[in-house]
Amino acid sequence: MSWLKQLFVRRRLYRELSEEVQAHLDEKVEELVAEGMSREEAMQSARREFGNVGLITEDSREVWRWPSVEDFFLDIRHGLRALCHNPIFTTVALLTIAIGIAANTAVFSVVNGVLLKPLHYPKAEELVALHQVAPGAEGLADFENGLLLSPSMYFTYAEHNRTFQSLGVWITGTANATGLAEPEQVRTVAVSNGVFESLGVPPAVGRWLSPADQLPNGPRRVMLSYGYWQRRFGGEQGVIGRSIIVDSRAREIVGVMPQGFRFVDSDFDLAAPLAFDRGKAILAGFGFHGTARLKPGTTIAEANTDLARMLPIWMDSWSNGPGTDSHIYEKWNITPMIRPLKQEVIGNVGEFLWVVMGTIGVVMLIACANVTNLLLVRVEARQQELAVRTALGASWMRIVRGLLVESVLLGLLGGVVGVGLAYAGVRFLVAIGPSNLPRLNEIVVDASTLGFAFVLSVLSGLLFGLIPALKYARPRASSALRSVGRTISLSREGHRARNLLVVGQVAMALVLLVSAGLMIRTFSALQKVDPGFSDPRHLQVMRISIPDSLVAEPARVTRTQNAVLDKLAAIRGVKSVGFISEMPMEGFDSAWDQIYAQDKVYADNTIPPLRLYKYISPGLLLTAGTRLVAGREMTWSELYGLESKVMVSENLAREMWGTPPAAIGKYLREFPWMPWLEVIGVVQDVREKGVQETAPEIVYWPPLMENPFGPGPTQAVRTVTFAIRSERAGTESFVNEVREAVWSANSNLPLASVRTMQEVYDKSVARTSFTLVMLGLAGIMALALGIIGIYGVMSYTVSQRQREIGIRLALGAQSGDVLQMVLRQGTVLVLVGVAIGIGAALGLTRLMSNLLYGVTSHDPLTYIGFAALLILVALLACYIPARRATLVDPMVALRYE
Amino acid sequence: MKKPIERDLFPGALGMMILRTLKRRPLHGYALVQQIKRTSNDLLQIEEGSPYPALQRLLKEEFVKGEWSISSTNRRVRIYRLTAAGAKLLERKVSSFERMLEGMTRVLAPEES
Repeated sequence: MSWLKQLFVRRRLYRELSEEVQAHLDEKVEELVAEGMSREEAMQSARREFGNVGLITEDSREVWRWPSVEDFFLDIRHGLRALCHNPIFTTVALLTIAIGIAANTAVFSVVNGVLLKPLHYPKAEELVALHQVAPGAEGLADFENGLLLSPSMYFTYAEHNRTFQSLGVWITGTANATGLAEPEQVRTVAVSNGVFESLGVPPAVGRWLSPADQLPNGPRRVMLSYGYWQRRFGGEQGVIGRSIIVDSRAREIVGVMPQGFRFVDSDFDLAAPLAFDRGKAILAGFGFHGTARLKPGTTIAEANTDLARMLPIWMDSWSNGPGTDSHIYEKWNITPMIRPLKQEVIGNVGEFLWVVMGTIGVVMLIACANVTNLLLVRVEARQQELAVRTALGASWMRIVRGLLVESVLLGLLGGVVGVGLAYAGVRFLVAIGPSNLPRLNEIVVDASTLGFAFVLSVLSGLLFGLIPALKYARPRASSALRSVGRTISLSREGHRARNLLVVGQVAMALVLLVSAGLMIRTFSALQKVDPGFSDPRHLQVMRISIPDSLVAEPARVTRTQNAVLDKLAAIRGVKSVGFISEMPMEGFDSAWDQIYAQDKVYADNTIPPLRLYKYISPGLLLTAGTRLVAGREMTWSELYGLESKVMVSENLAREMWGTPPAAIGKYLREFPWMPWLEVIGVVQDVREKGVQETAPEIVYWPPLMENPFGPGPTQAVRTVTFAIRSERAGTESFVNEVREAVWSANSNLPLASVRTMQEVYDKSVARTSFTLVMLGLAGIMALALGIIGIYGVMSYTVSQRQREIGIRLALGAQSGDVLQMVLRQGTVLVLVGVAIGIGAALGLTRLMSNLLYGVTSHDPLTYIGFAALLILVALLACYIPARRATLVDPMVALRYE
Repeated sequence: MKKPIERDLFPGALGMMILRTLKRRPLHGYALVQQIKRTSNDLLQIEEGSPYPALQRLLKEEFVKGEWSISSTNRRVRIYRLTAAGAKLLERKVSSFERMLEGMTRVLAPEES
């Protein structure tokens, strides 16, 4: 209560105090005058004896306040007033900081969403991915996934392990859901026992899939994702127990998973049991992701040892069929390399995100350097004010605090503007971000991002405030006061601080420019790579799957696909059509197997290298624009006649037979018991896994062939990508006509992943283009800020040296000499900065070497080019103030005296 | 925080002298300062302004009361008057000061006994 009253009465208290002090002085003066002193002398004497009036009044007032808090608010008021006094300085500084903070906050929100809190599972630190490598199984275990688990491996691991609480395998796929509305292709996850138990997220409605649901011929059950539940059932609670038709078979719904739940990094619509038939499991079939929960306190190394121990058990317990050697896999050198689930989810995006974050951080440093420069200039201009304040009794601490409060205030105001910009920035990032960034769409500016922005604002405020504050707040009252009214000649150390800042800015800007340049070179190198298809903008692709419940007989599957092709070819503007098990860069799980050549001798118990294989229809090569290097395609009649014909990729032909033409007429097969297939064509190399990855060796099987696994019915590939070459690709009317055409062939076929090949391509290079855009933006900001910095320092130096230059001119110096003198100073700064920048870039760009393609991290052209660009622009920034220096009128400059 | 007012005195001395002076009779600021200077025979080198912060503190703690009135020289001045609490504080301060002084005297006394 009393403090509230104090607030109100304080103004009166202060007024009374001033009145009292004034009365004191008046009284004193009167007394002294009465003693015979002159009035003027008396006034001086009275003040002298009274002491420091201002300080004493201030001390007296302080009694009524909460000292530190109120001083602080006073400082803020002073700071705000000072900022308002100088609107141009404030605007420039604010914008600089705001842009820096906006960029950092936006990127941080991505880093935060993707790297720092990627898992939503309880006790997520116990979760691991059962990753294993197999150096001997080249091809199969080549890419990011390593060697996946086979069903028999799952049974072995699940039954014999000592280190896991639970363990399960799963695989993603697609299925056709019918009977609800129009046929729809849905994303499915098939899970074994132990997956839900490991992930540990309870269902939102109903129950998990149970062991009873995993019986091979047991009841068909299914779980829904939250999204699918909302979309198809309107979130109705009574959905449990109802049936949906999945791939033409009814399945009973037993539960719904909660919102945001995903299988590691996979979104899904339906989750169904894998229902492995234990009796039919063989050693092979490495296609399943393993996810497990470690027992508390178990280390990953212990779990690795545990898995390694079980591998011989696995080989002893299962086989690949009669007459095969189970221990053949010893040659694969299968090695468990369990990874924390977090790492599995993040994958390799961490590295490039940190590169981007680091880059943006450097931009912030440059921005801070610029603001520091501005503050240095300002504080210098205010030196007299500060000296007066010191002389009036302000303590050094108080002045430093005042200056710091001012700069932190600047930082915070910049932060407020910056966060506003960051909201827009995050939208932009999410729009251009690569799709392989997990949970990109969930990225928002949240509390921790705001916290980050706040800390960043305060820290940068302190950073750029500290140097000027410490430099100029030191009591040097006498020297500063003495030069009142004159242009203060600049102290040497003032110069040095500013010069260092400029050198640092130039160096950092160069590092960013070089990084951006390397990404530009990478991007242009990628553009030049022939991906193995042409003109992707006019290539429409889509996935269609024909489940055996819809069309049972294999040959009829192919005939249905053929009928779809015919319908598609009849659409106006379609040049050619075809289908293939997957188009390059689509990112579906690919299939690998050993390939034997007839004219090669394979030692007993050796496995030939694994090759990627695809199924391809006649006409697809023409449609995709993939060149046939030698030989020919298969015809439809050969296909239906089950004639054993096959095509291979150029690199496989060269590896096996030396030249592409030499491959024609040779024979190869997948399994020893298979009939030989004749090589009739050689296809150009295709960048299957993305432009940056080398083209794998590929075998192209016909989509309909005799069962490679032994005598039995023929086999047809049921899920394929259709490709349509047309100028109209991608337009809505065209896609509608395509849909009509497919449904006129079979009305139960849903279309999925309808897009142009250009979209597929863009997605596969999204990481590169994202990094390029980010580094490019950072580079441009750095360049702009650096140039402003140089320009500012040079202009200021010139204005400070105006008198000196005037004298020089008066003494006969030519304007050319002056120009040279100023330019020389700027050049030295820039060159030193560039030299340091090159050194730093050589070291730092090595961190991004994994992001580069077709260019090394010390590419001379990039370094020289950007160094030259930077020097040129920087010199231009020096030239303008230098030019102004030559225009100094000696008379005007000297008249300042 | 440093209080330059009490540069040459020990902490609290000025407050004690103000209270003692006001106990004799209520005074306004200027008269109070002159009184202290006079009583101490100018031995204490205090700045004339220095009692004001101390007075504000005493006011705030209600050891003294201030009343505005007109001085003999016809100026509006604030007359300070000791309150009951102030008188008690003075007593306490004086007795603790005397004890301290006695102690110091003994320590500082020439070694005769």
